[in-house]
Amino acid sequence: MLKLPIYLDNNATTPLDPRVLEAMMPYLTEVFGNAASRNHPFGWAAEEAVDYAREQIASLIHCDPKEIIFTSGATESDNLAIKGIFEMYAQKGNHIITTTTEHKAVLDTCKHIEKLGGRVTYLPVDSEGLISLEELEAAMTPETILVTIMYGNNETGTIQSIREIAEIAHKHGALFMTDGTQAVGKIPVDVQADGIDLMAFTAHKIYGPKGVGALYVRRKNPRVKVTAQMDGGGHERGMRSGTLNVPGIVGLGKACEIAQQDMEADTKRLSTMRDRLEKELLTLEESYVNGSREQRLPHVTNISFKYVEGEGLMMGVKDLAVSSGSACTSASLEPSYVLKALGLSDDLAHSSLRFGLSRFTTDEQIDYAIGHVKEAVTKLREMSPLWEMFKDGVDLDKIEWAEH
Amino acid sequence: MLFFTVSIQRSTRHSTTFKTQYPKFNTFKMAYSDKVIDHYSNPRNVGTLDKSKKNVGTGLVGAPECGDVMRLQIEVDETTNTITDAKFKTFGCGSAIASSSLATEWLKGKSVDEALAIDNMEIVEELALPPVKIHCSVLAEDAIKSAINDYRVKNGLPALEMAKVHH
Repeated sequence: MLKLPIYLDNNATTPLDPRVLEAMMPYLTEVFGNAASRNHPFGWAAEEAVDYAREQIASLIHCDPKEIIFTSGATESDNLAIKGIFEMYAQKGNHIITTTTEHKAVLDTCKHIEKLGGRVTYLPVDSEGLISLEELEAAMTPETILVTIMYGNNETGTIQSIREIAEIAHKHGALFMTDGTQAVGKIPVDVQADGIDLMAFTAHKIYGPKGVGALYVRRKNPRVKVTAQMDGGGHERGMRSGTLNVPGIVGLGKACEIAQQDMEADTKRLSTMRDRLEKELLTLEESYVNGSREQRLPHVTNISFKYVEGEGLMMGVKDLAVSSGSACTSASLEPSYVLKALGLSDDLAHSSLRFGLSRFTTDEQIDYAIGHVKEAVTKLREMSPLWEMFKDGVDLDKIEWAEH
Repeated sequence: MLFFTVSIQRSTRHSTTFKTQYPKFNTFKMAYSDKVIDHYSNPRNVGTLDKSKKNVGTGLVGAPECGDVMRLQIEVDETTNTITDAKFKTFGCGSAIASSSLATEWLKGKSVDEALAIDNMEIVEELALPPVKIHCSVLAEDAIKSAINDYRVKNGLPALEMAKVHH
């Protein structure tokens, strides 16, 4: 029996992998020591567990275990990296380059930097969601201290050309940071080969627990430092104070280890399922995939269904837990800024659904999702005056709509 | 002074089965009333009337970029001035669909004058619409008035002033 609703919102968060829970359990119970307690076995055991997690993480992203700074999640990591670099490298310059499709954790931090007197360039993206390398190059100045561009987009799954971007940043003497939240553990991310200087990521997107994440901070070529944003005991090489979340860190470590071990198989299975879902839904007329279909994460697809309204659509797919491009709970119908940045009109952005698959998604669930979405879209279109006009060959752009 | 003995349960084997218990919520019920859900799931009078007919009035209100477009049509028996049929098509949220579906139910059998008296707040009350959804009922009222105006103009009567008090 299929359990409803079906969870297909894995870009928002993933369920905890039972193997991760198993690894965490002892640190929630018997092994409760503070990793900073150097005087007794309770502390030593905790520290050992944290160090082991650092190795598991380092192995996944190809860095030195010492380059991992534990935080409460990707939002904190983004804040620490951007604010920390802005403060630490104030002597060198005050210019940061990012994109319009970043997560709010980066965009709002950049807004904050602007209030502090920094200068931020927000690069636009093309219809595929990719930035132009020429535009990036042109935006670089001697004052540019940081280029921060996300690895994989949370709404569309579009993967930026990270290596080329890093190269341009370095050529102009700037550091390169990436928000790797959606990419780490899903696709091979190699901070050495990719030329990444700082990278934010989190456990709960890769079947780990919520409330724990990390910031990778390069120690060699060049040695990067960020100014701490919290004062306290000077944990994590002085960059992030606060007692370490040992069970969470153990969970993040285990999640990374499993991700590394299962990545190839997971990617193959998920992309096959995702492609099937996508192919079936695209048999509906006037449906469009948002973002690049070549450079993207294996488990995501974002599809707009023209002539159906987003909120009505969400109500129609009540058996699925998915995200919509419409912020429909608020009175102000503000469509997704990411989809708008891709050039989508408001109505097309509103009528989009994001499907995020996970390691635990089954073929049976995908079958159900296909039928459910098709049924809802078809039903709503039969009810839609816009669909009828479209079918009658009326050009909707030429109609003078009554103001409302 | 009180002393607590804390015994930590030592389980030798942690459960690896994933016992997810989904909370027993109805995704609909969090935002919509039963009546809205009923109209959304079983909309009444979805369809199209022949707008070229003299006794058919058509109202098209809203705009795609606002997320709501309603088309409401009435067919009038010219001898009795009674609405004999009403149809709708709506592009919009569940509340917009329900408001227009309800409107068509109410319109059938009413005289044109009675139809003009339908107030959006009656729709709000009937469907228990929350404040953020009141605009859906306003749109339905506008659609009714706009359909009636279309019918009036087609039959040589002056159009009525559309009260925009709600906007």
